[in-house]
Amino acid sequence: MSDTTTPLLALSDYAIRFSTPDGTVKAVNGLDLSVGRGETVAVVGESGSGKSQTFNGVFGLLAGNAETAGEARFEGRDLLKLSPRELDAVRGADMAMVFQDPMTALNPAMKIKHQLSETLKVHKGLKRREAEAQALAMLKKVGIPEAERRIEQYPHQLSGGMRQRVVIAMALLCRPKLIVADEPTTALDVTIQAQILDLFRDLTSDAGTALVLITHDLGVVAGVADKVVVMYAGRIVEEAPVEALFTRPAMPYTAALIRSIPRVDRDAEAVEPIGGRPPDLIHPPAGCPFHPRCRFAEDACRRERPPLAEIEPGRRAACWFPFVDATSATAHGTPSPEALDG
Amino acid sequence: MAETLLSVEHLSTVFSLRGRSLFAPNVDLKAVSDVSFHLEKGETLGIVGESGCGKSTLGRSILRLIEPTEGRVVWQERSLTDLSDAEMRKARRDLSIIFQDPVASLDPRMNVGQIIAEPLKVAEPALSRKERRQRVEKVMEEVGLAPEMINRYPHEFSGGQAQRIGIARAIVTEPKLIVCDEPVSALDVSIQAQIVNLLKALKERMGLTLIFISHDLSVVRLVSDRILVLYLGRVVEIGPRREVFTNPGHPYTRALLAAAPIPDPKIARSREKTPLKGDPPSPIDPPSGCAFRTRCPIARDVCAEERPPLAEIGAGHRAACLFWEEVRSDPAVAG
Ligand SMILES: Nc1ncnc2c1ncn2[C@@H]1O[C@H](COP(=O)(O)OP(=O)(O)OP(=O)(O)O)[C@@H](O)[C@H]1O
Ligand SMILES: Nc1ncnc2c1ncn2[C@@H]1O[C@H](COP(=O)(O)OP(=O)(O)OP(=O)(O)O)[C@@H](O)[C@H]1O
Ligand code: SF4
Ligand SMILES: [Mg+2]
Ligand SMILES: [Mg+2]
Repeated sequence: MSDTTTPLLALSDYAIRFSTPDGTVKAVNGLDLSVGRGETVAVVGESGSGKSQTFNGVFGLLAGNAETAGEARFEGRDLLKLSPRELDAVRGADMAMVFQDPMTALNPAMKIKHQLSETLKVHKGLKRREAEAQALAMLKKVGIPEAERRIEQYPHQLSGGMRQRVVIAMALLCRPKLIVADEPTTALDVTIQAQILDLFRDLTSDAGTALVLITHDLGVVAGVADKVVVMYAGRIVEEAPVEALFTRPAMPYTAALIRSIPRVDRDAEAVEPIGGRPPDLIHPPAGCPFHPRCRFAEDACRRERPPLAEIEPGRRAACWFPFVDATSATAHGTPSPEALDG
Repeated sequence: MAETLLSVEHLSTVFSLRGRSLFAPNVDLKAVSDVSFHLEKGETLGIVGESGCGKSTLGRSILRLIEPTEGRVVWQERSLTDLSDAEMRKARRDLSIIFQDPVASLDPRMNVGQIIAEPLKVAEPALSRKERRQRVEKVMEEVGLAPEMINRYPHEFSGGQAQRIGIARAIVTEPKLIVCDEPVSALDVSIQAQIVNLLKALKERMGLTLIFISHDLSVVRLVSDRILVLYLGRVVEIGPRREVFTNPGHPYTRALLAAAPIPDPKIARSREKTPLKGDPPSPIDPPSGCAFRTRCPIARDVCAEERPPLAEIGAGHRAACLFWEEVRSDPAVAG
């Protein structure tokens, strides 16, 4: 099973649609994405771009009005074809999910020690004693102070940051090969966020766990990811190693996203917003989904959707006119303070 | 010398919490403790600190939306804290607030026109309906909302648009001071930039003075002239933006800066790891001496004994750490 050539997780031509009274929401479209063993992949994009649903689908957590298409292979097995019971087994043991609100994963009426040992009893068949000992060791490993005391407490007796650590401990207990963390630090203070990100960094490098980090915060991405995937309107519009993405974004949307964030380490008088609004996913625009907001759009962009094409080894972009080197991306990037609106 | 608009003098706000059982005594939670600063006309003061440190309570206490327990707020040479309710209502037209959650802070049963007109009815009751409507349309335009939207309801708007409505409501009385309480925290990054730029432009155009509360240091650096850092309800550092960001005198400020993400992989990976451990202690039972000492990487025994004064460490720059010189002798954390 430790085949090094097949990726750990491979989505191909993967799609998610929601039926609603107003029409079909094309939430995720023709996605091709792979996550290698031990790799940290960040998935970024605006609210509604499909980041969460993509992975909810992988974990079988979509709402009742959803329909999936394509393939989502984990170690070669297509998760979309598994029975609920088979999927349950993979989910607990080999892959785990961490959400923004830790309370979604915690039972408010259960002591921490029972929540943690339950997972081990179910998925690893451990006896209570052994399960609780491992739970305590894991709490210490994720940096919970006074773990012996905390393990006897209920979730509401812990701070938000500590609860998120408990959830991470729970996700790690069965030594999964993949963790998907959906905005795991968005609700936390920067100080606590930094602690949790350090924790993810250490855990992934020590245990060789692959991590998919879903976030809207490019600052977080820069410090943690190996590879970055940018989503727009339910599609991947750019994929690149982290360094290249920030220094030489290829797709206008990525470049605009990077320019729109203020920086804590610089004085600036203005940031450059991305004008307009994300597209309607029931009636997505023809051609490039970004064209109504793109300053470089030409006729071709309005007519036909650019494919996600390899622009150099290890980099893909969906744009008819990708920036081929750093200079063109930044040359267009002179901030215009009077671009108040959009 | 610029004109001082607002002076906050030894302001404290205490919440009395009910005891755990029927017979247990009430406990005091000092959300804001002995805060003093002044604001000049046209200035933007950024207030930063972790969740629960008292930012919102301070902002609201200044406007008397929460009654402060001690201290004074002097507004254009009059003490707001001594005004009668009627006088306070009049003063309100000069003082305004914008809230974090744009959709939740708007009454869902009122349409946009009614929402924006609401503060005008109180501040300028003599206006005719027509005049009121003109004022509403004017501010809608000012914040980038099409006047055709005047009859629509809040749920029909995106977060960014809803925040524009909140801003329109805040500026319709032509206030002099606006407290912005996390005005962009609930918005998407690209929309954040639109709203930040809008606030900056309005500030210039209307000569506004702003108090900008945020837990996001990068946004605060972009909008503020001066920075106030709160920890457990107390000012631990205050000073000009550049000084506080590049040459902080308090280890807490330093730790906040070190923890703030930087969207540049090279810098993000070569920075020191955050030295700050654990969570902030409870404001009900704050540590003795320097409240930060339980998380401070350079704390000594003396830090538990006395509370460090907010000492002058540079021009207009103060920090409450006995060892501020040591903090500063380390290479600066941010650029
Ligand atoms: N049950 C549902 N029915 C209809 N549409 C849905 C449903 N669930 C999600 N969607 C839509 O699918 C799209 C993708 O949503 P998703 O939650 O993946 O966004 P996201 O990128 O995670 O955004 P955020 O940053 O806000 O979390 C959105 O337009 C959303 O409104
Ligand atoms: N009405 C209230 N009654 C009792 N305690 C309160 C009340 N409002 C606030 N507090 C407490 O006062 C302290 C300061 O709260 P405040 O909301 O001012 O913090 P904040 O800095 O604005 O935090 P955040 O970043 O989470 O908005 C906290 O401990 C909070 O729990
Ligand atoms: S394809 Fe055209 S519209 Fe789309 S991002 Fe590229 S230049 Fe802009
Ligand atoms: Mg999401
Ligand atoms: Mg607050």
